[in-house]
Amino acid sequence: MNRPLSRPLVGFLALALLGSVVIWDAARTGLPEPFRTPAPFALGSGAAPEGAHCTGS
Amino acid sequence: MLARRVGLALAGLALVAGVTLAAGPRAGLLVGLGIGFGLVLEGLRFGFAGPWRMMIVERDARGLLAQLLAIAITAAVAFPLLAAAPGELQAAHAPVGLAMIGGAFVFGAAMQVVMGCGSGTLVNAGSGNLIGLVALVGFVAGSFLGTLHLGWWTGLGSLPVISAQSVAGAQGGLGLTLAALVLVAAFLAWRAAPGKRLPAARLWWAAGLIAALAVLNLIIAGQPWGIVYGLGLWGAKVAQAGGADLAANAFWAAPGNAARLDASILTDVTSLTNIGLLVGAFLVMRGRAVPGAPVTPLAARGWVGVLLAGLVLGYSARLAFGCNVGAFFSGISTGSLHGWVWFAAAFAGSAWGLKLRPLVLVPAVRQEGVAA
Repeated sequence: MNRPLSRPLVGFLALALLGSVVIWDAARTGLPEPFRTPAPFALGSGAAPEGAHCTGS
Repeated sequence: MLARRVGLALAGLALVAGVTLAAGPRAGLLVGLGIGFGLVLEGLRFGFAGPWRMMIVERDARGLLAQLLAIAITAAVAFPLLAAAPGELQAAHAPVGLAMIGGAFVFGAAMQVVMGCGSGTLVNAGSGNLIGLVALVGFVAGSFLGTLHLGWWTGLGSLPVISAQSVAGAQGGLGLTLAALVLVAAFLAWRAAPGKRLPAARLWWAAGLIAALAVLNLIIAGQPWGIVYGLGLWGAKVAQAGGADLAANAFWAAPGNAARLDASILTDVTSLTNIGLLVGAFLVMRGRAVPGAPVTPLAARGWVGVLLAGLVLGYSARLAFGCNVGAFFSGISTGSLHGWVWFAAAFAGSAWGLKLRPLVLVPAVRQEGVAA
């Protein structure tokens, strides 16, 4: 790999890799239930936060 | 150029609309938020690893002071919000422990080797930096591997979770946090070289915008901005598809984590902002008249080193309960003591990592020269 790859090419590779993961995952797990998605804003929703954070163990 | 930029903006909006249709309005908003982070970080050249390097090598405090300003603005809004809606919003609090401190130190070193932290690796990959892309692959694997051993590492010893709120209440905790930020900023300004104390205008703008986006992240997601969990989840999904049995692992057997393994990535908060972050950086790079010079090719052992450094970056971030974003930025701005300890340990690690960098990033030309 002695010839430098251009930034646009590497950027497209990164997008392609990311897109592949998302599409592969959607094919494997399916998309979320459209009528069971959370409210747009957690604040004011009345629901406890259900996401995971890096600080969780 | 204008037509291209309009096209890129439309592509970004189309992604937000597509995710909204596929996974709901909150998911769409979070991808849009991630794109915003990517636009600001790449567009205004606001980073974490670079300014730390500048402080250590050149006593240039400007970038680091801008980081502290962004954290202070975020804290000023986040503390009252967290106090007002404890049932809807959660802080980025984690315990200080031996593995956490060691993980932060190693993370600081590794991020100087690959020239990118958690957000920086995503931004670098999206903006066409091949070192960032290779490190990202390692980061995903490392942050997953870290989850497999997290229980053992945390068992080495840790304190209970300590926060500014638990010490002094919501208002007092905010005062403590802001006072500590001012003290650190004053120390950095004192240590900085003349003419390297006052951030440039773009950094003031970036600090304000990053803080605004971080507050929106808290309001929309119900939790502070994070990076590492999402990358570890991607690694876990790949491992599971490859036959790994994660049901026996304490981390992935926990109900919330097990549910996310079986659910779409588009339901995971940090995955959504990570996706947006990478896309946002890509949009900025493609919107520039000149996309920038490509990364100098490395020797084969240099690329292996970058991959391993990325793996170490992910593994150590998991042990440290976050990276520059989840632990340093979000931890401090929501009152966690571990954010401050992370800062000190990772900064010390950064100084060490800068010495390792030339040993890992071996340019292809130099190796050929040596071989000859």
